[in-house]
Amino acid sequence: MNNLEPAVKETNSFLEEIIKESNVDIRACYQCQKCSAGCPVVSAMDILPNQIVRQIQYGRREKVLTSKTIWVCASCHTCSVRCPNDIDIAKVMDSLRHLALKSGLQAGEANIPVFHAAFLDTIKGGGRIHELSLIMKYKLKTKDFLKDAGLGWEMFRRGKIKILPPSITGGRAVKDIFNFCEKGERR
Amino acid sequence: MKDVTYYPGCSLHGTAREYDESFRGVSKLLDVNLHELEDWTCCGSTSAHCTNEALAVNLPIHNLRLAEKHQQEMVIPCVACYSRFKSAEVEAKEHPEYLMEPYEGKVDISYALDFFAEDDFLEQIKAKVERPLRGLKIAAYYGCLAVRPPSLTGVKLYENPVHMDHLMEVLGGETVDWSYKTDCCGASLVMTRTDIVTNLTQRILAMAIEAGADCIVTGCSMCHANLDTRQTGLTIAGEKREIPIFYFTELMGLAMGHKDVKKWLSRHITDPIKILSGKGLL
Repeated sequence: MNNLEPAVKETNSFLEEIIKESNVDIRACYQCQKCSAGCPVVSAMDILPNQIVRQIQYGRREKVLTSKTIWVCASCHTCSVRCPNDIDIAKVMDSLRHLALKSGLQAGEANIPVFHAAFLDTIKGGGRIHELSLIMKYKLKTKDFLKDAGLGWEMFRRGKIKILPPSITGGRAVKDIFNFCEKGERR
Repeated sequence: MKDVTYYPGCSLHGTAREYDESFRGVSKLLDVNLHELEDWTCCGSTSAHCTNEALAVNLPIHNLRLAEKHQQEMVIPCVACYSRFKSAEVEAKEHPEYLMEPYEGKVDISYALDFFAEDDFLEQIKAKVERPLRGLKIAAYYGCLAVRPPSLTGVKLYENPVHMDHLMEVLGGETVDWSYKTDCCGASLVMTRTDIVTNLTQRILAMAIEAGADCIVTGCSMCHANLDTRQTGLTIAGEKREIPIFYFTELMGLAMGHKDVKKWLSRHITDPIKILSGKGLL
């Protein structure tokens, strides 16, 4: 029987990893839950923002990195501006997403990282976002062709959707930026 | 005549086309000479900062490097782009190791709303109002990134901002007090978790209607798209309702008598004409 094994090991590498990656000292959290009280997307989260902070302190890497929370966070910064201890939780969420992608663990919200990848592929290909290309790319990956098709038509009728991608000369520079930034990274 | 560099960003060349058109329109009326940044590229938006810190810094900085040679203030109407540019500026200083090429940080970046809501401009705008928005009750909706984080935006009243309200009052409109001024609309989750965005936008729309507003005004292309297109099924006390969503530049153009207002408004999904003609404003 070894039920008494401490949840916090003497060295908590996950906590250190997050502090290093985000440059945010989450050890200052005293669990007032103000971040979760003001968060607009808590209803779609499986672990509340204050609980994410606690789970990092416990060193529960896999639980945090496979959560829905880190992907449904809309980066609205409400938590960060209201934290009485100045913990930039929105920035911690960014770091968690970066680590989740690097970890190769299954994402708690599968479609959101797929969307981000489609978005970045569109920029990499043409230097700017062409909305129709982005939507097609995303729909091909998720096979959800019918959603918002009617709305798409209404927007097209009103001149909001361009059929052809923009032709610009800055595309090469953007490809170079991607090559520089994606070194050793999986997407 | 004031010369500024104009960074439109991708959505103003697409789904937020009327924001681009109305921003250009009112700039001209106010003697602001916009020079669209040649060969501008995407800022990386949410997808870059969520997945790759180096991309999130280098994509905006590339554009700032292009802008640097013009030695002008750069104005950005898309608040999502604006936030990425301001954030990249800070990150470039804190993490020069992310940068592909050095950047000296000489470009002064402004968000279009802050640019026009400043005292000098308010005076000019006041003098040019031809058709005051009399009787129009407006809910000024700032959303997230126009105010947060205040370390980037410089907005002091970030929990209850009033600068867009002041601009609307200068145009002759009446603003309402309401509690969802800076609540999130869900932004880019609209593609992946439409259910979350529908839920958030309908709460915002309902709150504006309950506060007595005839319309909502915004300065963010994501907020506009989400609020304008997610009104199906909106009911208050069993009654089906809708509320038009304007860009602040469209209402500026309307009040200053710009000739293309109808063209801008024809691009909206939720009908904006009915309320304006009902008030004798169009």
